Amino acid sequence: MNDPNLSLKERMKIDRQTMPEQDATQRSGNFLEVNLGFTEKMALLEARRCIQCKEPKCVQGCPVMVNIPRFLDFVVKGDFAGAARSLFGDNALPTVTGRVCPQETQCEAQCVRGVRGKPVAIGYLERFVADWTRAHRDVVKIEPRPATGKKVAIVGGGPAGLTAAGELVKAGHEVTVYEALHKPGGVLVYGIPEFRLPKQIVEEEVERLVQAGVKIENNVVVGRTYTLPELRARFDAVFIANGAGLPVFMNVAGENLKGVYSANEYLTRVNLMEAYAPDSDTPVLRARRVAVVGGGNVAMDAVRTAKRLGAERAILVYRRSRAEMPARVEEVHHADAEGIEFENLLAPLEVIGNDKKWVTGLKCQRMELGEPDASGRRSAKPIPGSEFVLECDAVVVAIGTRANPLLTATCPDLKLNRWGNIEADAVGMTSIPGIFAGGDIVRGAATVILAMGDGKRSAHAIDAYLIQWGRSRFSSMA
Amino acid sequence: MIRFRRMHLVTGKVQLSPNVTRLDLEASRIAEIRQPGQFVIVRRGNGAERIPLTLADADSVRGTIALVIQAVGKSTCDLVALEVGDSILDISGPLGHPTEMIAAGRAVCVGGGVGTAVVHPIAQGLAQRGVEVISIIGGRSRQWVIFEEELSRLGQVIVCSDDGSYGRQGFVTDATRELLEAGRVDIVYAVGPVPMMRAVANLTKPFGVRTIVSLNPVMVDGTGMCGGCRVDIGGETKFACVDGPEFDGHLVDFDLLAERLGTYREFEQRASAGCEAGSCRVGLTRPDPPSPAPP
Ligand SMILES: Cc1cc2nc3c(=O)[nH]c(=O)nc-3n(C[C@H](O)[C@H](O)[C@H](O)COP(=O)(O)OP(=O)(O)OC[C@H]3O[C@@H](n4cnc5c(N)ncnc54)[C@H](O)[C@@H]3O)c2cc1C
Ligand SMILES: Cc1cc2nc3c(=O)[nH]c(=O)nc-3n(C[C@H](O)[C@H](O)[C@H](O)COP(=O)(O)OP(=O)(O)OC[C@H]3O[C@@H](n4cnc5c(N)ncnc54)[C@H](O)[C@@H]3O)c2cc1C
Ligand code: SF4
Ligand code: SF4
Ligand code: FES
Repeated sequence: MNDPNLSLKERMKIDRQTMPEQDATQRSGNFLEVNLGFTEKMALLEARRCIQCKEPKCVQGCPVMVNIPRFLDFVVKGDFAGAARSLFGDNALPTVTGRVCPQETQCEAQCVRGVRGKPVAIGYLERFVADWTRAHRDVVKIEPRPATGKKVAIVGGGPAGLTAAGELVKAGHEVTVYEALHKPGGVLVYGIPEFRLPKQIVEEEVERLVQAGVKIENNVVVGRTYTLPELRARFDAVFIANGAGLPVFMNVAGENLKGVYSANEYLTRVNLMEAYAPDSDTPVLRARRVAVVGGGNVAMDAVRTAKRLGAERAILVYRRSRAEMPARVEEVHHADAEGIEFENLLAPLEVIGNDKKWVTGLKCQRMELGEPDASGRRSAKPIPGSEFVLECDAVVVAIGTRANPLLTATCPDLKLNRWGNIEADAVGMTSIPGIFAGGDIVRGAATVILAMGDGKRSAHAIDAYLIQWGRSRFSSMA
Repeated sequence: MIRFRRMHLVTGKVQLSPNVTRLDLEASRIAEIRQPGQFVIVRRGNGAERIPLTLADADSVRGTIALVIQAVGKSTCDLVALEVGDSILDISGPLGHPTEMIAAGRAVCVGGGVGTAVVHPIAQGLAQRGVEVISIIGGRSRQWVIFEEELSRLGQVIVCSDDGSYGRQGFVTDATRELLEAGRVDIVYAVGPVPMMRAVANLTKPFGVRTIVSLNPVMVDGTGMCGGCRVDIGGETKFACVDGPEFDGHLVDFDLLAERLGTYREFEQRASAGCEAGSCRVGLTRPDPPSPAPP
């Protein structure tokens, strides 16, 4: 099996490798990463499952079109450095996307090996190659071109902003990232928990950018510390990537009781402020019974966090059925194994509290599935008379986020759509020349890889705009 | 680790009352643009909590800001333990909306405890516009009264002490009532402990005098991202960090604010047990020398 020149038939015989993971009972009591990563042997075997399609479907499934067969071929040959160069050329943060991309609906969904059997584990292999570079950092060092003398400001240090920063510094521009919090990374550091994406990894990626010359200024809230017009005047171009950081609440009675959190607050306290550590100065309620409302990645992260903080019951309340949950399939499996209780087809009506204004329960109503709606999902209808109170002492609301108006409110010239998201053209140019935008602030809450794709595409457009060649000096546009 | 991190040097420190300390810190951009009513979020160092503190004053020439800090728990105790020459890792701001100011007329500024420091930049801004400012400030006794001198440069100051040992005896609300009864008051600004702000708002309501209060809910990010700072204003949920922190006192649900401030009480008691034994010389467990509310 170690021969790189395996025949197609032999390749087809190899079974998909399973990701080694921390035991479920053990991990539901700690914040260490759940997935342990492929061993070299597993990676070599898994990569051989790829049959090197001439017209690889998988690549079409990836929003940034990572050349998957190419990097897998390097892996098969045992040339991890080659694989890393190939992969990082297409995707600036594979350590992250290898862990958090919804592969089952993107690259892996399209893989031909999935037609009869299981697709190639592209995400796990991406993670393997990316993690290999953590011990071999020089292999993917960013080598900036000669300085152009142009200055670009980036608003927000999330995946969109960081990706754009990397591309722009590579092109020889002077890049400053303004980040509102005390640490860059965006959702990667304040939202996605340690057990899915260790913060150390994000720090290493940021360090790589800093070494290449990217300046990062924390604690700068654009819209307050500086306005957008001020930045536009001081820099040759601006890229806005401030995310979709405005929590949506349910708008039901009792939502301001003590013990009701937005997922953003709950996760920020635990992740960014490290409230999971007993010696942290930042508190978080360690409730016995926690109800988390929602069905996406954010809800899944919150409910698994609640379990790890010691909740006896960590309950996910979702108004549709399990099949409709937008969360990554792997997270749902992991949550299940960790003892998360799934309350599907249940809709919250009201938060109930006691006279001290503490949460004591969540009044809910059972739902049933009706006809598929416009989005193809079957809509949920309430069952009359099915109301009951789910007892709990904390409620975490994870039903979505919207565009935060803090920044856009200080720049009335910037055109927004009716949800408050910034309007941008195909390359991210906004209604103001020289100001570009991408990631969640343009798309609404989406995914890490889409935000990164925007960052890269806008960086190339900014480069073209600054150099005035009419086209980017980058060889390929993502 | 991550470079390009500017530290904020402590350039001045003054003990204003037994539990209130003024720190001057380098933060040139904030000093340059801050306006009355705005605040910053401060994190002393790695592992520390992010806490909101009002910008009590600033010197845009020297590039420093003044924070007036009442030591009530772990984070505030750690801050007031800093000495000149030490530094703070993170200061973010200026945050929140500037104070809504009237252009002319007569304003009464009521400050309770450390709230007096918060009222100061408001009074400053009003005086600059030519508004007549009357400040009513209070404390348990003489040593708890702060910012008297600064405020007296801006207009008349009425000092109240609970025990009558300084100024007049009684609560700030008593003095406020007399002013309301005596004549024209165009606007009242009240900053202090929740019971005091509630009492002032209740007092001015029948007089129909607009009353602005500065709310101090627990905050995390200060940018509208977490919703932890939500308050109820006239039945509508607002985020104090971005929609406030100042609101129409007649619309504020003070009960809810007071309850929500107690969310982490147990945790804080544990945290500040260490603080009293350690750096904090204040040894306080109660938040404030309260100017209690009349019924
Ligand atoms: C809990 C959670 C779990 C998720 N899980 C997944 C997953 O498994 N897979 C996946 O693909 N996606 C996931 N997502 C979605 C994904 O994280 C986002 O789509 C992505 O992070 C968007 O990137 P961004 O760069 O546009 O914005 P963000 O990551 O939101 O970063 C924006 C940055 O801008 C900063 N900022 C905001 N306002 C200002 C301002 N005024 N001035 C300066 N800086 C500012 C913010 O502090 C932040 O650092 C998850 C999201 C959450 C919340
Ligand atoms: C916009 C804003 C401006 C502020 N400006 C100032 C200021 O200029 N000077 C100043 O000294 N304080 C100010 N505060 C209050 C200050 O942020 C808190 O006192 C501080 O966060 C307490 O942290 P701690 O760890 O020291 O105490 P903790 O251990 O967190 O709390 C100790 C005690 O104080 C109470 N408490 C907790 N948070 C608050 C709060 N936000 N307000 C009042 N009591 C609280 C707790 O219930 C507890 O009893 C402001 C708050 C806000 C929201
Ligand atoms: S970036 Fe995401 S979608 Fe693209 S190949 Fe990697 S894991 Fe798949
Ligand atoms: S579709 Fe699957 S088998 Fe084909 S190249 Fe992509 S990963 Fe390999
Ligand atoms: S402090 Fe987080 S939204 Fe106000």
